[in-house]
Amino acid sequence: MSAYMTEIIIILCLNVIIAYSVFLPAAAGQLNLGAAGFMIIGAYTDAYLSSADEGLGLPIAFSIPIAAFLTALVGFLMSFPILRTRGVYMILATFAFAEIVAGIVLNMEVVGGASGFPVTTHTELEVLLPVTIFVILFGFYLMSTRFGLAMRSIHDDENVSLLFGVNTHLIKVGAFTIGAFLGGLAGALYGHQFDYIEVQNWGILFSIYVLLYVLIGGTQTPWGPLVGATFFTFVPELLRTVGETTGIELLTELRFAAFGVIIVGMMVLRPEGIMTRTFLELLFRKTPANQKPGLG
Amino acid sequence: MSDVLEFSSVDKSFGGLKVIDDVSFNIEIGSRSALIGPNGAGKTTIFNLLSGIYEVDNGTITLDNIDITSVPARKRVDLGMSRSFQNIRLMPHLSTVENVMLGQHHLADTFTEMFSPLGFFSKNPWAKKAEKALVDAGLETFPGQVVSELPYGIQKRIEVVRALMSNPKLLLLDEPAAGLNAVETKELQKLLEKVSNSGTTLLVVEHDMNFVRNLCQNVIVLNFGRKIFEGTPNEVAKDSQVLEAYLGGDET
Repeated sequence: MSAYMTEIIIILCLNVIIAYSVFLPAAAGQLNLGAAGFMIIGAYTDAYLSSADEGLGLPIAFSIPIAAFLTALVGFLMSFPILRTRGVYMILATFAFAEIVAGIVLNMEVVGGASGFPVTTHTELEVLLPVTIFVILFGFYLMSTRFGLAMRSIHDDENVSLLFGVNTHLIKVGAFTIGAFLGGLAGALYGHQFDYIEVQNWGILFSIYVLLYVLIGGTQTPWGPLVGATFFTFVPELLRTVGETTGIELLTELRFAAFGVIIVGMMVLRPEGIMTRTFLELLFRKTPANQKPGLG
Repeated sequence: MSDVLEFSSVDKSFGGLKVIDDVSFNIEIGSRSALIGPNGAGKTTIFNLLSGIYEVDNGTITLDNIDITSVPARKRVDLGMSRSFQNIRLMPHLSTVENVMLGQHHLADTFTEMFSPLGFFSKNPWAKKAEKALVDAGLETFPGQVVSELPYGIQKRIEVVRALMSNPKLLLLDEPAAGLNAVETKELQKLLEKVSNSGTTLLVVEHDMNFVRNLCQNVIVLNFGRKIFEGTPNEVAKDSQVLEAYLGGDET
C-alpha cells in the first residue's frame, strides 16, 4: 500500500470515529457542533499522559482509555446545560463549548499552549484500524438496542416518547456522553498518528465538517456516519485524481469549490442524508411475498 | 361496579380563557365511553389533562384509585393509561414493529433490556410480541416497513396497537375513526370491540355518531368547556341541550 493510500485510510478512520461521536446525539435529534472540543480534550489528555519527555510516560493502553473516559466525563457534565437548549441554540451552545475548550488549552503552558505538544509514542494503523472497526460495530450494536430505539423515537417525536415512558432526558444525556467518549477516543488516536498536536487543528471548520459528515450520511441509521465520513474523505481526493489523470485543471485547482457544489446538490436531492431507512429497505428488500400490498 | 377513572371538578385556563370549567365524570371499569361535543368544546384538552401534557388548575384526576393529578406524564403509562392522537403521531422513520415496540417501552425500562439487541442476531421476544399484536389486529403484512410510507387508515390502526402494547387499563383514543372510509371504520370497530372484551376500558373522542352509537354505552357531551349531558347514545340524540349545542338553539 502506498504511503498516500495509508495516509488517506488513517484520516478516514479518524473521521469515521469522530463522525460516530456526533452521530449518536444527532440520532436522538441533538445537533452537536462541538466535535472539536471533544477532540482537543482527548488529544491533550492522552498526549500529556503518554508523552515520555514532558508528560507522565504512561503506555498507550492506559493513556487512550483514560483520555476517552475523561472526555466522556466532561461531556456528561456539559450535557446538562447544553441539553437545556434546542435546535439552533444547541448548535450555538456546543460551538461555544468547543471554543471554551480551545481557549483554555491555548493558555495552558503545561501542554505547550499555542505552540502545540509533541506526542512521543507513534503507532501505525495496527491500533487505529481495529479501534475504528470496533467503533463501527459498537454504533450498529447500540442502534439495534432499545436504547437506540428510544434515541430514534426522541428524534421523531420527543413528547410522544415521553408519554410511552421513555426517560427522554436520560437517553439524551447518555447519547451525548457516549458521543463525547468517542470524540475523546478520536482525539487520543490522532496524536499517535501525527506525533504532534496543536489546538489550531480543531477549529470551527473541523466541527462543521464533522456535523456535515453526519447530516450528509444520514441520522436515521448507523450507516449514516460511515457513509458520510467516507464520502467526505474520498470525494475531494477522487476529484484531484480525476483532475490529474484527465488533465482538467478545474478539478484539481477548484476541487473544493466542486465539492461544495456536490454538497449543495446532496442537500437538495437527499435532505435526510444518503442512508435513509427507505433507501436501505430498497437495498435489502425482502422477498416480494412479504411485501403484499392491499389490506385496506 | 367501581370506576377506573374519576375526573372531579377539573378547571383549566389558558391565559384568560377558561377551556375546561368544573367538569366531572367517572368511567366504569371495562366500559366503553365517548366524549363528544362541537369543535372547541375541550375534548382534546381533557385528553391532554388526562395524559399529563397539561396540568390541571383545580380538581383531581384519579386513575384506578390512585391520585394522578400531579404525576408527571412519563409515569402515567406505568399506572395503566395509554393514548392515541387526533393527528397521527407515529414515529415516521421507524418501522411498524419498532413503533409498536415503543408501546412496550415502560415494561422494558431496565438497564439490561435497554442494552440488549432487539433484532441484531435473532428475533427478540419483544419483537415477536409486537409482531403477534400486529397479526391479531390484522396488520401482518407490514412489520418491517417504515410507517410514513403506509396508508392513513393503516397508520391509524397501528397507533391503536402501539397504545395497546403498554397493557393499559384505560385506553384513550382521540378521533380514531377520523378520515377512515366505511370499511376501515368497521375494521377499527371490530378491533376495539376485541380490546374491550379483553377487559380494557375505552374512552374515545369521536365525531362520527354512528361509530359512537355502535361502540359505546355511555356518552359525555361537552360544550364550551362544560359538561352539558351524560347518558346512553340514544338519550343523547334526543336531548334538547345537545341538539342546541350542535344545531344552534334559536329556531328550535
